[in-house]
Amino acid sequence: MIVAIASGKGGTGKTTVAVNLALVVRRPVRLLDCDVEEPNVHLFLDAGPAVNEPVGILVPVVDPTLCDGCGECSRFCRYHAIVVLKERPLVFPEMCHGCGGCLQVCPQKAIHEVVRRIGVVRTSQAGRISLVQGSLDVGVALAPPLIREVQQRIQPGTDTVIDAPPGTSCPMIVTVRRADVIVLVTEPTPFGLHDLTLAVETVRELGRSFVVVVNREGVGDDRVHRYCRQEGIPIVLEIPDDRRIAETYSRGERVVDRLPEYRSLFRQLAERLGLGIGPEKE
Amino acid sequence: MKIAFSATSDSLDAALDPRFGRAKGFLVVDLDQDRSEFIDNHQNLNAAQGAGIQAAETVSRSGAGALVTGHCGPKAFRALAASGIRIYHTDATTVAEALARYREGKLVEVGAADVEGHWV
Repeated sequence: MIVAIASGKGGTGKTTVAVNLALVVRRPVRLLDCDVEEPNVHLFLDAGPAVNEPVGILVPVVDPTLCDGCGECSRFCRYHAIVVLKERPLVFPEMCHGCGGCLQVCPQKAIHEVVRRIGVVRTSQAGRISLVQGSLDVGVALAPPLIREVQQRIQPGTDTVIDAPPGTSCPMIVTVRRADVIVLVTEPTPFGLHDLTLAVETVRELGRSFVVVVNREGVGDDRVHRYCRQEGIPIVLEIPDDRRIAETYSRGERVVDRLPEYRSLFRQLAERLGLGIGPEKE
Repeated sequence: MKIAFSATSDSLDAALDPRFGRAKGFLVVDLDQDRSEFIDNHQNLNAAQGAGIQAAETVSRSGAGALVTGHCGPKAFRALAASGIRIYHTDATTVAEALARYREGKLVEVGAADVEGHWV
């Protein structure tokens, strides 16, 4: 079972839900931190030494002796990563998404590719949890290829919990696309509802099944609940607005360890999502 | 010699658009023939990325040898420099005012980008 924890709005409690959910699964589980612009799951786990694997994308290099300045590459690239000015090609590697299209359309075969590093995948072990984190290099603005690389570490048959990046743009979409079920974490406030609505529209478009977790229950109003009722979206967990949870989080500690009264809530959530159920992979 | 100005509309009295990549358009003034042409840059206003590079390509194609604008980021600067276009920054409010300052030699050519690149 692959479960992605996402939300339209940032700061709703995705990491809290993802970490504590993974902790209550009673067999080996993979925890993927796909919030590659600011991975933070490791702060909550006592993981052993990490294995770091650099990740790059292929970016074009033009051989000026072969290029005749026709501009086909420039017309093809919608990201303006390669332009031809005064019949001379100019490459902007930081704009390149690594599709390789320029290479294909170049009539002179003047383009080859080199690797440009964008980040690193970090793998470590914390008890039953295999933690896989993507970490984008400073100054790099291209999350999806790194997220895809993190997801390559999904093992079919092993329960997987994914901490998704916030929002509803490419990084979130790439992250949740492979999930069996998406958990949308929200808070019962007007902001929470607004961004939940965007997230719901996104995952519906993707055709994924999804449920809602309401965090900080007790603040705000009842509009998130009314919306979910109207739309027929199940609310599978309500986490009360408990100051101790925020304090636990701010210390980098785990709710299910520090506040055992919440353990059963996360257990129920895991069961409801089908984590730790079914045949175990050998 | 042609000079491109980032401009909000097709007139010498138009406001000088302080943005380069996302300027409304470029008024390309031919100093020798005393006439001008407006090139729309509308499609770049909502570009997700690469507006500066695309705008540099537009200015390069116009045949302008110099650009007068408010600000210019690093990628646009690189593309303009590769095209051999000289870049002048100004805080003039209209194209006419910027042109007058250029003619008086009061504009200083810049050798580097003056603003950070923006990410999506």
